[in-house]
Amino acid sequence: MLRLPKFAYHTPKNAPDAVRIAKEHGGEAMYVAGGTDLYPNMKRRHQTPAQVISLRDVPELHAMEVLPDGRLQIGAMVTLTTLEHYPHLLAHYAGFAHAVREISTPLLRNMGTIGGNLLLDTRCTYYDQSHEWRESIDYCMKKDGAICWVAPGSPRCWAVQSSDTVPVVCAMDAEIELADENGVRTIKADDLYQDDGIKYLTKKPEELLTKITLPAPGNWKASYLKLRRRDTYDFPVLGVGACLWFAEDGTIEKANVRLGGAGSYAMPATATEKVLVGKKLTDEVIAEAGAAALKPARTMDNTDLDVYWRKKVAPVYVARALKACE
Amino acid sequence: MVLDDPAARDAQARDDAPWQHDKSKDELEHIGKPIRKIDARSKVSGLTQFADDLTMPRMLHMKLLRSTKAHAEIAHIDTSKAEALDGVKGILTGKDMPTPFGILPVSQDEHALCPDQVRFVGDPVVAIAATEEEIAWDACRLVEVDYRELRTIGGVHEAADNDEPRLHDYGVRGNIHRLENLEFGDMADGFDRADHTREDTFFFEGNTHLPMEQHASLAHFDKDGKLTIWSSTQTPHYLHRALARVLHPLPANRIRVIACPNGGGFGGKSDPFNHEICAAKMSMLTGRPVKVALTREEVFWCHRGRHPVLMRSKIGVSKTGKITALDFHSFLDGGAYGSYGTASTFYTGALQTVTYAVENYHFRGARFFTNKAPCGPKRGHGTVQPRFALEVQLDKVACDLGIDPAKMRLDNLAPRESVTANYLRIGSMGLGACIEKVVEGSGWNERRGKKEMTADGRIRGLGIACSSYLSGAGLPIYWNGMPHSGVQLQLDRSGLCTLFCGSTDIGQGSDSVLGWIVGEVLGINPLDIKVVTSDTDLTPVDLGSYSSRVTVMTGNAAMQAAERAREIIAKGVSKKIDVPASRLVFAEGRVFDAENPETTMTFMEAVGIAEAKMGTIGTVGSYTPPKTAAKFRGGGVGPSPSYSYSATVVEVEVDPDTGIYSVPKVWMAHDIGRALNAAIAMGQIEGSIYMGLGEAMMEEMAYRDRSHKGQRVFLHKIPSMLEYKSPSALEMPDCTTYVIEDPDKNGPFGAKEVGQGPLLPIMPAVANAVFDAVGVRVDENPISFEKVFAALEAKKNGKDARFGPAPDASGIPSVDFGESLKIKTPWQGGDGTASNDPHRTKKAKK
Repeated sequence: MLRLPKFAYHTPKNAPDAVRIAKEHGGEAMYVAGGTDLYPNMKRRHQTPAQVISLRDVPELHAMEVLPDGRLQIGAMVTLTTLEHYPHLLAHYAGFAHAVREISTPLLRNMGTIGGNLLLDTRCTYYDQSHEWRESIDYCMKKDGAICWVAPGSPRCWAVQSSDTVPVVCAMDAEIELADENGVRTIKADDLYQDDGIKYLTKKPEELLTKITLPAPGNWKASYLKLRRRDTYDFPVLGVGACLWFAEDGTIEKANVRLGGAGSYAMPATATEKVLVGKKLTDEVIAEAGAAALKPARTMDNTDLDVYWRKKVAPVYVARALKACE
Repeated sequence: MVLDDPAARDAQARDDAPWQHDKSKDELEHIGKPIRKIDARSKVSGLTQFADDLTMPRMLHMKLLRSTKAHAEIAHIDTSKAEALDGVKGILTGKDMPTPFGILPVSQDEHALCPDQVRFVGDPVVAIAATEEEIAWDACRLVEVDYRELRTIGGVHEAADNDEPRLHDYGVRGNIHRLENLEFGDMADGFDRADHTREDTFFFEGNTHLPMEQHASLAHFDKDGKLTIWSSTQTPHYLHRALARVLHPLPANRIRVIACPNGGGFGGKSDPFNHEICAAKMSMLTGRPVKVALTREEVFWCHRGRHPVLMRSKIGVSKTGKITALDFHSFLDGGAYGSYGTASTFYTGALQTVTYAVENYHFRGARFFTNKAPCGPKRGHGTVQPRFALEVQLDKVACDLGIDPAKMRLDNLAPRESVTANYLRIGSMGLGACIEKVVEGSGWNERRGKKEMTADGRIRGLGIACSSYLSGAGLPIYWNGMPHSGVQLQLDRSGLCTLFCGSTDIGQGSDSVLGWIVGEVLGINPLDIKVVTSDTDLTPVDLGSYSSRVTVMTGNAAMQAAERAREIIAKGVSKKIDVPASRLVFAEGRVFDAENPETTMTFMEAVGIAEAKMGTIGTVGSYTPPKTAAKFRGGGVGPSPSYSYSATVVEVEVDPDTGIYSVPKVWMAHDIGRALNAAIAMGQIEGSIYMGLGEAMMEEMAYRDRSHKGQRVFLHKIPSMLEYKSPSALEMPDCTTYVIEDPDKNGPFGAKEVGQGPLLPIMPAVANAVFDAVGVRVDENPISFEKVFAALEAKKNGKDARFGPAPDASGIPSVDFGESLKIKTPWQGGDGTASNDPHRTKKAKK
């Protein structure tokens, strides 16, 4: 592997400074949190920012607190290791905590942050390759090339959403806080993402993800189930995030099911959600809701494991994720 | 760790055994003991210098520009822009090294840099040396290569069907590299006498070695006109020969190859490589030391790993499962070059006969050239794929006949001290003991076929498989009458014993083996012995660390050298203290009079006395394997001084909804002849289990081939450590390892190999265990989750509960193998020659 290309390294001491530097350099700048995604990508020349803005010295991004209304607010720079050992998280957000633990290895989680994981670059076996490899296929549209090799007739990029936390935070209706020079705005997690392998984020490049806010514990339960070849450090080829809101009698009032690893964003399994709402979570309902996930599981041949198999087991994984919400 | 009970061994055989060299000692002092490797502390503390750790003043860094086309003619190369880049000191292209090379004399088909044609994505075209690695890389990007693209050949079917364009202008015809057709005995009679016959088709996908250390070399052509190259190679002797060939007229005696300790090899560092030759040439061109360190992707381009092999096997058995005839076809996807492929082809047909007696045997093997990284030897070289086929097929036969697969294997064992249908000479044979151990340990008789269910609804299954492997190839890869291994000892008055040997430690502990053996013979602490290896200037030739040959061959050579040294010392001491030399015992770092142990002196004193009496002390030892029984053409591949045996039982837990399975437990017994060091032997066995599970469960040299869609995309799919899936520590199961000791007369202290054999039975045992659990057959390796799922779906839909290549002739390339070489078996009164070989007959007449 190559070494890092040359770049200027900035260490702002507060968020407004970070945003200002980003704005100043426009498209040349990128934020770096843990660096576990960005730096390897830079070595392969996927991203070659001339200006790298480190967020390590921005204190407000490292904070984590339970708000008076019971919601949990997590700063973007909180490491995944800190999260996975945080007792409040383990007690009240088991599904999310599980998703955090499923990310890569302990070493990577020591460096990796929640903000970085939420913004993880989309992945594709035509893209996550060395420069020489990509040179041999004349590159692809996500970087340096003209076409998408996954679907050469398609006008868009089909790189895959591969973060473990995204499907579950989207399902939980978590909120994301973004800052730029005009101030701060809060959006639903779902609204941060869009179905495009290249422009997979709706935020402007200079916008800084500062916080994620998880809903207060209550009448809901979330789960995450990850499909991959090796349970040690593989990215998901399917990540089911599910969150169910229950009435007192156990009737499902609202259901959010998101499929990660099956498209360029965490796709809502709408048919599955429809099956669930208004019913109780019986084995029959789970089976029916799982089966309804077959269609939206839009697997493509650009991750590990067979494309057909990944689609066929999606219903099994959705059912099991729902079962975990019992 | 479980060791076989030594008391159970045949005491008589032990006493009579010629390899039990020192009868005056009741117990061996070092052999068999779990003492640490002589280089263990350097390794674990990170102080071992691997090739990439080396630097020299004024050293340049070299990068290779590799082909971006899978198959093309090189029309033109323009390096002018690269030359102009500041810091660039040297550029080489194919025309600078026109002489072809290759590991086997019959396939000298590689060039250090492709002169006119590239044959796979990754084939090197230009080498550039610069003051910094980044500059060399940038300079490579400035080179303009005009390619005229050719049609690609993607696999065995495409190669069989398309003679043009040819990858090479040699071979059988078109893109067929080799065709072999050997027939032993009377096939028609064998199948006539069979009570049951079945025919199966199997496919074994290619996979690679994945050593932790990426290949690196440092070359220095000094001002005195001598070239030295330090390299991560398993075969410094063969690299030496290739360098002398390509760098001609630089004579071999001015070339020094030093093999650095290898951070894993597994066969992937056994060929002379482009980057090694280019570094040497570049140093000659620039007059400066030149370093090249490959990236992980480049290691995938070097490959030489497991061939993808399509196989068809027809077997005839008696009611009890006795094999009356075996008709075996193999079709090897060789990749772009010959490499060891000729040997690989023969190996796919060689060792079927050494585990179970096969009365009549017909082997047909074909190897094809395709536009992929060249295949070659990986742990178990060429015998792994047919072993998968045979062991799965036997499981099916046992199922057909309603016989316990373990019992059927026990009933079919090839006899010890016998010659097989294809003229392989079996010596010691401990497979029966191996099977009994794993059957007992796994609870086979109680648990097999019970379909136990785990708490989360997964189904358990057990599978058994066996294997055998050679302890070194009986013939060298280039014809010569010289020893395969040499050892030289030097002793002096300090008590120091220095050992010189050309062998290479690739992590398996071969340096330590030399120390243990010499320490045992001379009665000194192995850790006190200085072991100097793999330096062609200093050490006697050893052919290299491949084919599991080192322990047996260097071990025997070391034993001979040590015994000669002991004789010299004993003679000196005998004169000095007036005790017959035959009464002297060498042990505990001292020399004793066996009858009066109080008459004793230190080893250092003894060497000093001998040095005074006899002058400077130096001895040599060498080893040449016994002559082979096979005299037919092609009989050179397969013979070995001895064969190791392994048996395994693998337990799986299969999720019937998804096909996902895990392997929680493996029992493995291995007949090693004698464990020179039980702990290290067990490390080799467990390493084999690990590597075998990688092959069984996930590893694939998969290619992106979109040429059928008219797109120029044909290259390795996933050349990275993250995406070439290999098991992590989490997938490593609990292992129970049994070291079975059935000493062999050809091994030092009775030792046989352990480095490769235990890998072989893992893949078929996993396939058989999956069948035991959920009743589906996966006739294709790796036995990945998707294939188990597909077979389960087929079963659910009432189709054949199987995943694999088309079971009929449609799945097999049509190839005319021509007339077979007909060889009578030993029990037909054969003498190891073919009755119809015009080639050999003509030779004999001359």
